[in-house]
Amino acid sequence: MPTFQQFTMPDAGEGLTEADIITWMVGPGDTVEVNQPIVEIETAKSLVELPCPFDGVVSRLLAQEGETVDVGAPILEVDVDPNGEAPAEPAPSADAATAPAAAPAAAPASPAHDVPAQDAPVPSADAAAGSSSDEGSGAVLVGYGVRAGSAQRRPRNADALEPVGGAQDLGDYPVLAKPPVRKLARDLGVDLTTVTPSGPGGLVTREDVEQHVKATAAQTLATYPGDDQPWLETGTTQGDGRTTRVPVKSVRKRTAEAMVQSAFTAPHVTEFHTVDVTETMNLVAKLKQDRDFQDVRVTPLLIVAKALLLAVRRHPEINAAWDEDAQEIVYKHYVNLGIAASTPRGLVVPNIKDAHRLPLHALAVELQHLTAEARAGKLPPAAMTDGTITITNVGALGIDTGTPILNPGEAAILAFGAVRQQPWVHEGEIKVRWVTQLALSFDHRLVDGELGARVLYDVGRVMEDPAQGLVWA
Amino acid sequence: MDTTGPLSSDGLVQLLTPSGERIGHEQFDAYASHLTAHDLRAFWRDMTVLRAFDMEATSLQRQGELGLWVQSWGQEAAQIGSGHALREPDFVFPSYREHGVALTRDVDLVEILRIFRGLQHGAWNPADHGFHLYSLVIGTHALHATGYAMAMDRDGLVASGTPAADGAVVAYFGDGATSQGDVSEAMVFAAVNNAPVVFFVQNNQFAISEPATRQSRVPIADRGKGFGIPSVRVDGNDVIASHAVTRWALEHARSGQGPVLIEAFTYRRGAHTTSDDPTRYRSKAQEEYWAERDPIARLDAYLTSTGELTDEFRAQVAAECKALGERTRTTVRSWSKPATATMFDHVYALPHATVEAERAWFERYESSFEDLEAAR
Ligand SMILES: Cc1ncc(C[n+]2csc(CCOP(=O)(O)OP(=O)(O)O)c2C)c(N)n1
Ligand SMILES: [Mg+2]
Repeated sequence: MPTFQQFTMPDAGEGLTEADIITWMVGPGDTVEVNQPIVEIETAKSLVELPCPFDGVVSRLLAQEGETVDVGAPILEVDVDPNGEAPAEPAPSADAATAPAAAPAAAPASPAHDVPAQDAPVPSADAAAGSSSDEGSGAVLVGYGVRAGSAQRRPRNADALEPVGGAQDLGDYPVLAKPPVRKLARDLGVDLTTVTPSGPGGLVTREDVEQHVKATAAQTLATYPGDDQPWLETGTTQGDGRTTRVPVKSVRKRTAEAMVQSAFTAPHVTEFHTVDVTETMNLVAKLKQDRDFQDVRVTPLLIVAKALLLAVRRHPEINAAWDEDAQEIVYKHYVNLGIAASTPRGLVVPNIKDAHRLPLHALAVELQHLTAEARAGKLPPAAMTDGTITITNVGALGIDTGTPILNPGEAAILAFGAVRQQPWVHEGEIKVRWVTQLALSFDHRLVDGELGARVLYDVGRVMEDPAQGLVWA
Repeated sequence: MDTTGPLSSDGLVQLLTPSGERIGHEQFDAYASHLTAHDLRAFWRDMTVLRAFDMEATSLQRQGELGLWVQSWGQEAAQIGSGHALREPDFVFPSYREHGVALTRDVDLVEILRIFRGLQHGAWNPADHGFHLYSLVIGTHALHATGYAMAMDRDGLVASGTPAADGAVVAYFGDGATSQGDVSEAMVFAAVNNAPVVFFVQNNQFAISEPATRQSRVPIADRGKGFGIPSVRVDGNDVIASHAVTRWALEHARSGQGPVLIEAFTYRRGAHTTSDDPTRYRSKAQEEYWAERDPIARLDAYLTSTGELTDEFRAQVAAECKALGERTRTTVRSWSKPATATMFDHVYALPHATVEAERAWFERYESSFEDLEAAR
């Protein structure tokens, strides 16, 4: 009895999904042997002769010349036992388990051997055009790339494949995105995990990233030259002319949401501390003369920032966040130091990444850079995310102090008040000294009054006597 | 097809002409004089078996059994000749085309196909064969080889006073690889550390489609001078010369005299890989020119003229080739796909937290597919 074996279309290149049949070199009834060339095919890469994998007699051609065939679909049937001694066996179909792992695992189910060859589809114009194009070079190790879009995707379970609700729904799968899209996101400062994917299988596309930037970027207020009330720009003046109603959006909206969320979820406690910062002012004056600091603006804020970083180092528990969903406290081993900045578009809190690693000069440079970029409205969204602790420089507006509201996701915020010359008891006498007020608000869920007090006290210590910084550095 | 620059055949060490005539050489004859007719027949046999295997693997790729195949066709003499100059405790760092060298190091050729079927990253234990895993990243292993050679030196395996116990390292790479920064760095380190490493460049005239004329203005061997590395250009289609020159270089390195650069000038007769179509970038005439200079035909002509290649021996090798072809087919077809997660198995020798986390993630990801059965 005859035994039939089918030869399925191989992937003759790396990662190809289809090929065109050009010429059959054998026909039904021909005797063939292993490795004898039987058909010429054309792939996206080249013309290739395929050698026969079996000894036997051709029983059927399962694909016509000119036809475009999917990789994995049968093209030829050979009777490998034409003398009929062996018992009949059904022709094995393309079995994913025995195909090389490098080839796509499963071809679309194609009952090609049941379909009369005459009914086979004719090649489409697109297929022909596609095969001559040389665009799209995917990454393959030994050679050049695969055609764009030639990859096949395995279907995912309905519950696993739910890109609709955004990246969070993918649980802790890493974000799926192609390298150029990753680069785009990096260039634009977009955290890919925050982007809602629209591609197949939860893939983040270029458009998704662009859409995300558009949606989250601070919108420029279209002000007219000479318009001195830009905040009214998008508003509608009421009939009586006495009020203008402005829809809450953009930075203002996000500020409001963040403040409400923060103020009404984290029980705030604020502690105050008045300190003699004369030595800090002396240090600032000295640094301004220092050759190494000629390229950067030195301000008392720099010393406050350093003092806070030193205090965090002594009390790392302050650099933390309350994770309500997980019922966990997240202690952070890095300090992304937020600096609240008032800009033409509203309040933003960009942060200096890994500030704990920066020497004083680098910290000064970052501080200056951050505030300049914030004012110019050029900060990428990433500069605003993942802060761990914040300073708000209310003193810059001439104010003594305030009770700052926590930047959401952080446990503490330090307000730095105006530095004024005041009468102060210094070494037993009333002297004119530089004095300021510090205020530290903290999330009382995870920070007790004592910890807050210690942090605030330490900041004050360094401000009073910057040499203390040498001891704690 | 003699040209100037890197494609010139000037100064090639040759002991066997393209027509199969054995000629002398002042310096290198001495390194071939030990070869008996039996040895040369063994070279012929190895080259013939290698080519048959190469063609079988190419067919298997075309039949969908391999994801990719990289042919050594045309480079048999450079590989078999140099490979047979190696011994214990020499160590080889190959690229991905060195099947002939693998053969001389007793690696089962069939096992190599596990890599090209996408089953494993490496399919032999390097320590068992003195033959490192294939490096698919161009040129990177020139550095590994140099480091290994420096270590051999520190282990007292070089110029030990017992020449028979000394060893050296050979790094095999291509003309294209010489443009890679890693290769230059390796040569700098090898030279200043006097490392016992032989850089064996098979100039097969192409890096995929880029001709060697776009890698260098001068013959590649000339670069050695700039690094302070003695260099030789050898006819890479001459198995006797390839062997002699490598033997000399290994003695040089093993005896503590430092690195050597060998440029074996040859021709890649096949495509770069089964994914490549060379008709797009080279002429039929060029292919025919080099077919006439085929390395096996050359030794065949010589051994036939001296009467050393009997029909009986030919038939014996032909049978061997046929049996290897059959074993290759049946073995490759019998290999099933290992669990994909095994790719995490040999990343580090010891358990590693990051790899374990990635494995756990991957297993969850894999189990999210509908066609779970097919994936197994
Ligand atoms: C670092 C690196 N860059 C690029 C590639 C892509 N690539 C694969 S083979 C090849 C050409 C290598 O040419 P050559 O060194 O002459 O070796 P041959 O293939 O001719 O033996 C290239 C560029 C790679 N594998 N690794
Ligand atoms: Mg090359």
